[in-house]
Amino acid sequence: MRKVAIVGAGLSKFGERWDASFRDLIFEASSMALEDAKMEGSDLQAIYGGTMAPGRLIGQEHVGALIADQLGLTPIASTRVEAACASGSVALRNAYFAIASGMYDIVAVGGVEKMTEVSTEEVSFALGGAGDQEWELFLGATFPAIYALMAKRHMLDFGTTEEQMASVSVKNHKNASKNKFAQYQNEITIQDVMDSSPVASPLKLLDCSPITDGAAAVILCSEERARKFTDTPVQIIGSGQASDALALANRKSMTEIAATKEAARQALHQAKLTIKDVQVAEVHDCFSIAEILAIEDLGICKKGEGGKFTEDGHTALNSKISVNTSGGLKGCGHPVGATGVKQAVEIYWQLQGRANGRQVKGAEIGLTQNVGGSGATAVVNVYKRMD
Amino acid sequence: MKNAIPLIWRRIPERYALMGTVCENCKTEYFPKRMFCAKCRRKGRVVEKQMPDEGKIFSFSEVHVAPTGHESEAPYFLAIIELKNGVRLMSQIVDSEKEKIKFGSPVKMMFRKITEDDHDGTIAYGYKFKVV
Ligand SMILES: [Zn+2]
Repeated sequence: MRKVAIVGAGLSKFGERWDASFRDLIFEASSMALEDAKMEGSDLQAIYGGTMAPGRLIGQEHVGALIADQLGLTPIASTRVEAACASGSVALRNAYFAIASGMYDIVAVGGVEKMTEVSTEEVSFALGGAGDQEWELFLGATFPAIYALMAKRHMLDFGTTEEQMASVSVKNHKNASKNKFAQYQNEITIQDVMDSSPVASPLKLLDCSPITDGAAAVILCSEERARKFTDTPVQIIGSGQASDALALANRKSMTEIAATKEAARQALHQAKLTIKDVQVAEVHDCFSIAEILAIEDLGICKKGEGGKFTEDGHTALNSKISVNTSGGLKGCGHPVGATGVKQAVEIYWQLQGRANGRQVKGAEIGLTQNVGGSGATAVVNVYKRMD
Repeated sequence: MKNAIPLIWRRIPERYALMGTVCENCKTEYFPKRMFCAKCRRKGRVVEKQMPDEGKIFSFSEVHVAPTGHESEAPYFLAIIELKNGVRLMSQIVDSEKEKIKFGSPVKMMFRKITEDDHDGTIAYGYKFKVV
C-alpha cells in the first residue's frame, strides 16, 4: 500500500441554490479544488463521484460520465458511487484505494447532491430509499422518525434530554456562522430548538439537518508526488468502513451505530492512534441525536454520556475536542452525496491551518465519520498533516 | 411502486400473518423472512415460522410530518415492537389512548390498511399494533 494524501480541496456554496444546476455545483467545487492544488485538469487520471439519488432528484443517472464530460476530462475513467448519505466518503475511500494500489497517482473525488429541484415530499421519498423500503418506509416511517426512535430509547436508557440534543444544533449553528460556505449563518438558542415545530417526537425541526444543494471536491495524490502540489499535504492515515442492517428493527442495539464503532476501530488501528489523539472531528449530525451517538461510538465520551458531554461544551470549538467546526450537517447543510467529501475538505483546511475564524489550535490529527441511512453504512477516516 | 401488485402479493404471508423464519439448527428466529441463517450459514436450515402476534413497545415516536401516502394519518405513532420471542419489528400503533403508548406497554397485532396508491387505487394491507 502506498501512502495517499489530499493536495487540494474545494466547495460550492451550500444552500438552496436555485441559481445553480447539478452541473454548476460540480464545476464550482472541482474548479476550486484544482486551483487550490495549482493543478491542471489534464493531471487527473480518474474521478470518483459520490451522489445518492440524482435519478429521483434531477432525473439523471449515469452521472460518472456526465461529470467527466462537464469538466472536460473525457476520456478518463469516472465512477459514480452510492451509499446513501455516506456516498461521498465511500467515493473518497475508493479513490484512496486506487492510488494506494499503484493504479493511479492523481485522482479527483467529488460529492454532489441537487435537492431543491423537486418538492419536499419527493426529497423525503428519495432519501427514504436509504432505509428499508419494504419494512420501514412502507409503514409510514420517515428518516426523522427512525432517528426519533433511537433518540427516545437513548433518553430512556441514559437520561438524555431534549435540551442536550438541542445543544448539538446550537453548537453547530455557531460554528456554521463562521463558515462562509455554510447554508446557515445564524446562531440559534436552546429555546429556538425547543420551540421549533415537531417533526417526529422528540425531534423538532431544528434537530434536523436541512435540504441542501451543494458539492465538494478533493484531489488525492500519491505521497511521492504530493509536494509538487502543496507544501503541506494531508495524509489519509487510516480508513474504515462497515455495514449493518438497513432496518433499525433488525439491529442489535438502537442506541449505538455499530458500523461506526467498527469503521473507527479499523481506521484508528491502521493509523496506530487512539481517539484521544484526535483534535478535530467532522461527524454525521443528520439529526441532533446522531452527533450524540457518533461521539459515543467513536469513543470521544462514554456510551450514554454524549448528551451531557455536548451540553457541557466539551465538543465546542477549541474545547476538549472540536466537533463539526464546519457547522456539521445541521449548520453547513446536508447535500447528501457531498457531505462525506465536505467533511474531508473541512479537515484538510483545519490541518493546514486555513479554517479562518474557526481554526482549531494545534490541530494535528483529524477524523471524519459519515453515516449512510440510519447506520447501515459508516465510514471513518483519519488524517494527518505531512510536515 | 411501493404498492406494485406482485410485491403486495408476495408479502402477504409476512404482512398479514407475521410469517417469519426460524433456523432449525440454532433456533434463531427472523422477521421479515430470511433466505438463510446468518449465524449458521450453510449448516443452518431455515423454515417458515409464524411470529407471536403480541409483544411490547421497545421505542416509539409521534410522527407529525408524514411521508406521501400517510398524510391523512398524521400525527400517528410509529414504534419498534419487541415480540414475545424477542424479535423486533417496526409498526404503527393505532386504536390506543395516547397516555397508554409507553415503553413496555403490551401490544397486539391488528390487521389494517397501510397505504392506498393515488394512481391506480391499489390498497396495501398489513399489520399495525394496538395497546392491550
Ligand atoms: Zn442458525
